[in-house]
Amino acid sequence: MALEVDIEKRLGAFHLRAAFSCGREFMGILGASGCGKSMTLKCIAGIEKPDRGRIVLDGRVLFDSEKRINLPPQQRRVGYLFQDYALFPGMTVRQNILCGLHREKDKQKREKRADEVLELLRLQEVAALQPEALSGGQAQRTALGRILVNEPDLLMLDEPFSALDTYLRLKLQTELKALLAGYDRGILMVTHDRDEVFRMCDRLGVMEQGQMLTVKGTKELFADPETRAAAVLTGCKNIAAAEKTGEREAFVSEWGIHLSTGKPVRDGLKAVGIRAHDFHPDTSENRFPVTILRETEEPFEWISEFTFDDQAAGSPPVWWRYSREFRTNEPPKQLGVAPADVLLLYE
Amino acid sequence: MDLFPLYNSLRIAAISSVIVFFTGIFAAYKVAKMPRIVKGILDVILTLPMVLPPTVCGYFLLLLFGARRPVGQFLMQFGLKLVMNWPGGVAAAVVVAFPLMYRTARGAFESFDQNLAWAGQTLGLSNTWIFWKVRMRACRQGILAGTVLAFARALGEYGATSMLIGYTPSRTATVSTTVYQLWRTNDEQGAFFWVMVNLAISAAVLLTVNMLEKKNRSGKWHSK
Repeated sequence: MALEVDIEKRLGAFHLRAAFSCGREFMGILGASGCGKSMTLKCIAGIEKPDRGRIVLDGRVLFDSEKRINLPPQQRRVGYLFQDYALFPGMTVRQNILCGLHREKDKQKREKRADEVLELLRLQEVAALQPEALSGGQAQRTALGRILVNEPDLLMLDEPFSALDTYLRLKLQTELKALLAGYDRGILMVTHDRDEVFRMCDRLGVMEQGQMLTVKGTKELFADPETRAAAVLTGCKNIAAAEKTGEREAFVSEWGIHLSTGKPVRDGLKAVGIRAHDFHPDTSENRFPVTILRETEEPFEWISEFTFDDQAAGSPPVWWRYSREFRTNEPPKQLGVAPADVLLLYE
Repeated sequence: MDLFPLYNSLRIAAISSVIVFFTGIFAAYKVAKMPRIVKGILDVILTLPMVLPPTVCGYFLLLLFGARRPVGQFLMQFGLKLVMNWPGGVAAAVVVAFPLMYRTARGAFESFDQNLAWAGQTLGLSNTWIFWKVRMRACRQGILAGTVLAFARALGEYGATSMLIGYTPSRTATVSTTVYQLWRTNDEQGAFFWVMVNLAISAAVLLTVNMLEKKNRSGKWHSK
């Protein structure tokens, strides 16, 4: 494993406890704002100091509270891409990139490397511009170039796309992913955007209120989030308390329904989740009579809010999202959900 | 025409500006990082000379540097006599101009985007390099404004200066003490000449500030 983290830090009522490892892979940490994910990155970079614990990168101890080791950020060789890119003002794109090359003493080699990176990142045309004249994408590539020429042992991305609008975000995500495809070190990205982690990350950890919950492959985590927090963060709209009633059966009293599940139900089941996309009018399993309350049209989809016929009074309506091509004149009287799509949540 | 007062004023203002530039920035940088309560107390102490009458500052300076006081005697051992001698004018100008530099620099440091410093650190750049090349550059507008204000204030200093070094023609006379002295001795023409000199210098300073500001504005960076 390239990076091993096991740290604890208290800040007032907030308590950060993060234990995970990250190999030579693209790993994501998904969490709401204020959950401690940026704090975790700052602890790894050496900008913040954890109260207790250990951080090891490629066998180098960056922090160890017991051995009183706390390397300054300058010695950690950890790249940090800030949300606002943190380009140095009053310096051109090229000068910013040269800042990352300060360890190279040979001026000619330095200049040559800067030229290479400017070309690789398609920044030649803006090389002489100051940061504030750049577009969001150019600024991000400059910041990335400055880090890459510095050759860190780990690259960390702190909400790298949240300063951009939706269209540009998607474009830059694919662009950054392609750029980093050849990068052979670990990459750690934190974000609150589930689409972003799904597009970019191989492996994913979920963080809630300073606690690192489930860590597993991104697709596996979306398919089986295991905890209520992870289900919410991965975008599950419908979650209700549930209890185990059989080996593959759970009762959801709030919705007044018995669900068969794909996976065996373990003891300690707390809730079930059903993604809004996973209801189908034609599915024969877990099929229940419903009443549609309200419909909202979106550019390519419809959202229907409905209640199960035996749903408890006061319980919020359930969301069903479907592609507009499946729209029928009469709203369906019954909806079903495949057992494999019932998410079993234990915390 | 004896131009000594102009020469004396300019050297006092120049030397005190250099001193205030470094001490003001140093104090601003340190205080900006302090916990809130300490910051509040230090802020009051360091800003006090700005609101106190300059004569009160002069009084304290005399208490400190007087020939029979410990600090004054200590400096005398190195041949540095401040009372009734032009270097005392530097001391007076430093005390009075310091808060202007300190406050504007602190304001600039406090609005500095800390991510810039962290980005530099994670790139392995030394803290000294980051301070001069990144922090000072990002804060240059505030620093520059503070320096010019401090220089202008040092140039126009009268109260503390007259208490500490008095008025001796060709030895301690500054532009502002000369204006008063000539007026007092009914040399209206002489006073008028030095008033015009003073006006010209002030206008030149303000013009410089405006030009530098314009240049900065057309330079593209805005800290967010």
